[in-house]
Amino acid sequence: MLRIISTFGRLLLTAMGQTLLLALYGLFFACIIGMIVGIMSVLRSRACRFVAAVFVNLIRGVPMIVLAYFIFFGVPYLWNTILGVGGMTLSALHAGSICLALNCGAYMAEIIRAGIESVDVGQMEAARSLGLPWWRAMHRVVLPQAIRTMIPSIINQFIITLKDTSILSVIGFPELVNTAKNVVAATFMSFQTWAIVGLMYLIVILLLQRAAKVLERRLKYGAQ
Amino acid sequence: MERNRIAIHVSHLKKSFKQLEVLKDISVDVKEGEVVVIIGPSGSGKSTFLRCLNRLEEASGGEIMIDGIDITDKRCDINKVRERVGMVFQHFNLFNNMSVLRNLMLAPVDLKKQDRETARKDALAMLARVGLSDKADAYPHQLSGGQKQRVAIARALCMRPDIMLFDEPTSALDPEMVGEVLEVMRHLAHIGMTMVVVTHEMGFAREVGDRVLFMDDGLILEEGVPEEIFGSPTNPRTRDFLNKVL
Ligand SMILES: Nc1ncnc2c1ncn2[C@@H]1O[C@H](COP(=O)(O)OP(=O)(O)OP(=O)(O)O)[C@@H](O)[C@H]1O
Ligand SMILES: [Mg+2]
Repeated sequence: MLRIISTFGRLLLTAMGQTLLLALYGLFFACIIGMIVGIMSVLRSRACRFVAAVFVNLIRGVPMIVLAYFIFFGVPYLWNTILGVGGMTLSALHAGSICLALNCGAYMAEIIRAGIESVDVGQMEAARSLGLPWWRAMHRVVLPQAIRTMIPSIINQFIITLKDTSILSVIGFPELVNTAKNVVAATFMSFQTWAIVGLMYLIVILLLQRAAKVLERRLKYGAQ
Repeated sequence: MERNRIAIHVSHLKKSFKQLEVLKDISVDVKEGEVVVIIGPSGSGKSTFLRCLNRLEEASGGEIMIDGIDITDKRCDINKVRERVGMVFQHFNLFNNMSVLRNLMLAPVDLKKQDRETARKDALAMLARVGLSDKADAYPHQLSGGQKQRVAIARALCMRPDIMLFDEPTSALDPEMVGEVLEVMRHLAHIGMTMVVVTHEMGFAREVGDRVLFMDDGLILEEGVPEEIFGSPTNPRTRDFLNKVL
């Protein structure tokens, strides 16, 4: 165990850094996608709601590993060979981030839609009755209340996405699982290596949960 | 004040939810400074009618003019009209994520009617008028029902509306808190606010109302001054209803 840590510790930490980087890129764009699609699904426009529903159901209906292969291998193949345009290269980091962003974004959209719908319609009506346009009422009154109820689910989704980065080892991104495989291949110490890797995930996720608790407390009304 | 200008003109208003015809043919004029009280059994369409007046519900037919502006016209800027038509809800609907003061300041500041400092002073003055100066920094969940409703009225008044709509403002309150809310409304009536009030408080209707409308089944079946409606109702349905509630 100690030999693994002293020899490969630095390598595994770097891999953890890559995992976090991938998760961070993915989550950042997932938040944007989730916000846009989530709000689209509560708009009055039927077309917007339809597009949002198609996106969410499509992503939810496809395993992420398939999505990863599709984006990393399928899309460049389509572009370069089938369409014959050529010249498209997609790094594992970019493909992985897109994949995480789409996958997590769909779930975030559902969380955001449910959060908005959980706010009493009277809040929106009261704001509109004062003359506030829909967007202002959404921004100043409904979303702040919705986000507060969404925090636990969002953190939960963050954690799932962080773990899902391990799936992206299949497209060769040097994240933690991929790196660990190489370490096992070199040392044959699979028990020790996977125990260390598991522990590393666990520590990061526990820290994330702790941060979430603090954030939740901060957001209580009238507590400041 | 010129008492005879028409503030609200409604003619042949119809409203359906899918198959359900809730408002069948409503025509009524409300003069500036007038207090019109609407009474009627549950499900008769009172709330729906009131909500049509600021287009929280879209009319299915007919015409609604607010201060001369046709709000059934799709091109009219409804938000501008709503700035001048305050609404008070049965369940208060205070913004839970804001202190009382910020509840009052939100619309005036956000709609750029006032700068922050003026809006703050104005809001504090309005709170004083409803007797809640000490609650400026409280959050809605820290208030009693009666206090919430007084804040809701103050919030609407901060926009300096010409018209106030009340939908059963005291129905969700414990009996001992009804009085404090009616007191604020009585004061508003005395200073000449145009008001449309849906209520089950018959005492208030009789005392403050200039005119009472009895609604049933999507129609106004009877209207008149309170003495007429309460003293000698002509329509049997009105008589029946009053016998039940009085
Ligand atoms: N958004 C809606 N969708 C479908 N039906 C509705 C909607 N709003 C109201 N209704 C129906 O319209 C009818 C009139 O409702 P409304 O709330 O206007 O009655 P009301 O006179 O205010 O009754 P109450 O005294 O109980 O408040 C009811 O049958 C109600 O079920
Ligand atoms: Mg009602």
